[in-house]
Amino acid sequence: MRAALANWRARWSGRVPPPPGPRPFVTPEGVDLRLAVGLYTDRMSAFILDALIIIGLLIAISLLAMFGAWGFHRGSIGTEGALVIWLLGAFLLRNFYFIGFELRPGAATPGKRALGLRVIARDGGRLTADAVFARNAMRELEIFLPASFFLARGMGVDAGLIALGAIWSGVFVVFPLFNRDRLRLGDLAAGTMVIKVPKTTLRPELVQEGPATVRGVAFSEAQIDAYGIKELHVLEQVLRTGDRRTLAEVARRIRTKIAWDGPMDVTDRAFLSSYYAALRGRLESRALFGHRRQDKFDRV
Amino acid sequence: MAELQLKSARFRAEREADWRRLETLLTRAQGGRAAKLRPQELLEIPVLYRQALSSLSVARSISLDRSLVDYLEGLAARAYFVVYGTRTRPFERMGRFFVHDWPMAVRSLWRETLVGALIGAVAAVVAYILVRQDSDWFYGFMPQAMAGGRDPTASTAFLRGTLYGEGGHGAKEGLELLATFLFTHNAQISLFAFALGFALCLPTAALLAYNGATLGAFLALFAERGLAFQATGWLMIHGVTELFAVTLAGSAGLSIGWAVSFPGERSRVEAAAHAGRRGALVMAGVVVMLFVAALLEGFARQLITSDGARYAIAATSGVLWAAYFYWPRRSRPE
Repeated sequence: MRAALANWRARWSGRVPPPPGPRPFVTPEGVDLRLAVGLYTDRMSAFILDALIIIGLLIAISLLAMFGAWGFHRGSIGTEGALVIWLLGAFLLRNFYFIGFELRPGAATPGKRALGLRVIARDGGRLTADAVFARNAMRELEIFLPASFFLARGMGVDAGLIALGAIWSGVFVVFPLFNRDRLRLGDLAAGTMVIKVPKTTLRPELVQEGPATVRGVAFSEAQIDAYGIKELHVLEQVLRTGDRRTLAEVARRIRTKIAWDGPMDVTDRAFLSSYYAALRGRLESRALFGHRRQDKFDRV
Repeated sequence: MAELQLKSARFRAEREADWRRLETLLTRAQGGRAAKLRPQELLEIPVLYRQALSSLSVARSISLDRSLVDYLEGLAARAYFVVYGTRTRPFERMGRFFVHDWPMAVRSLWRETLVGALIGAVAAVVAYILVRQDSDWFYGFMPQAMAGGRDPTASTAFLRGTLYGEGGHGAKEGLELLATFLFTHNAQISLFAFALGFALCLPTAALLAYNGATLGAFLALFAERGLAFQATGWLMIHGVTELFAVTLAGSAGLSIGWAVSFPGERSRVEAAAHAGRRGALVMAGVVVMLFVAALLEGFARQLITSDGARYAIAATSGVLWAAYFYWPRRSRPE
């Protein structure tokens, strides 16, 4: 019994989806692009931004119509005209704002674009118009149904019933938190997902940069073999950040670790650069021969 | 240059210009100005994209420079979005939708459509019988606000008046508002019927039944005063289109719920996605149908007061929709 419980607990804790990190995503050419899934908070913010834009547009259209009516026959558009604008405008904007923007090459509404998100087809194929329509038609259920429950106050419906309805439909709002790809219901129905658009900045090559070959700085094989790939990546990070104190601290540790007996008058940066070049060269050539040394504990 | 002895550094130095080129092309294409790329440049993108992919594969195996691998991943992903992005020309797409996609999607849902129509019809008949037996049932089916004074206590003359635009919201100057209101209201209800299908069909079925019951109760009220024929004409001038649209929306919802409950050989998520996309096609058309229905309801019904003309319009619209959806035709490949 106890074993079964522990087993269940282990399985359960294993089932909790990890925070969205890179997700395997294989292109038709067979290369894994490791895309980052869009964060729930980012998507919330994007939606709020879009909603604000829609409301702003509606107000702008109403104002324009008012000025237009005043300009043409010195009259007002009246409540009736205003109602037509708000009823039809809200419906059209609500439904076609999202669809229109997501069908453009960027596949993102202005809100999504501002937060660096975009929509893709989950199976790696082309994002079709049908999929975009489906994912946005579902929004009616996810956002506007809970909202209508909150607005239903005072229409002669039981308060308890409203509360129950709100809870039931509220489930859809938090639905994305319970799966790995942060899919909302519309994504599920359309076979799409929302991802973070990757940034592309090519940082300079560290091995060319700076006075890597300082005279007299040479390492023996044993000294180079002190570290593995994990440490190399940390060193890369340190060099690229270039914080003075961290450089000094890291250089001190490496000198101790490899029992550095060469010249001590080279700067920390120059020392680390040459060590980085040496270590990378060594690890890369070993990788070419089929052995990727993961970290410093990885011995052959 | 002892540093360039590193194979990964040489690899990068040799290819960097191509990557940069791809990056600038992508930035221009993603700026929404794809049209401004010259044809030659457009052709360049897929080639450079495949090069970047192969660079990425090589870099992953030979380079331990993490920033380089990250850069290539990002570059390849961005190029992938452009190469495999949405490439639909709106008007061509709309044409194909009306000529082919929509009728096909509707036709493939014929089973669900029959079930949906049956649910509505049964509910209407039940409501009709109940109200005919005891007119108090009417209040159970029809909310007071929607009835607009048309309830069992109203006089026959008043009821007749509502049919021919002499009372109620028949005043002719309010027609645009009425049409708009009806359209948005109905469109929202049918989008609901579609979206609720996800919850295993039941809410959709309930919505269809409720819709049918309201109709039955309404007809029973008028039948009691011997106005059945006139009321039917009043209702059906737009009702043929509207009820058809609501039934289709419901059937799209039912198909999703069915796919979720009984996915068959596919996985549940896959089946839902498939049904969802087909349902969305139907729904896009339903919105169009409801627009037509609202025009008929808001304008034609208020302006045309002859029973014969109303029945003629109703019959014509019914025949046209049925022919459009179900007339046998060759299925065209994608």
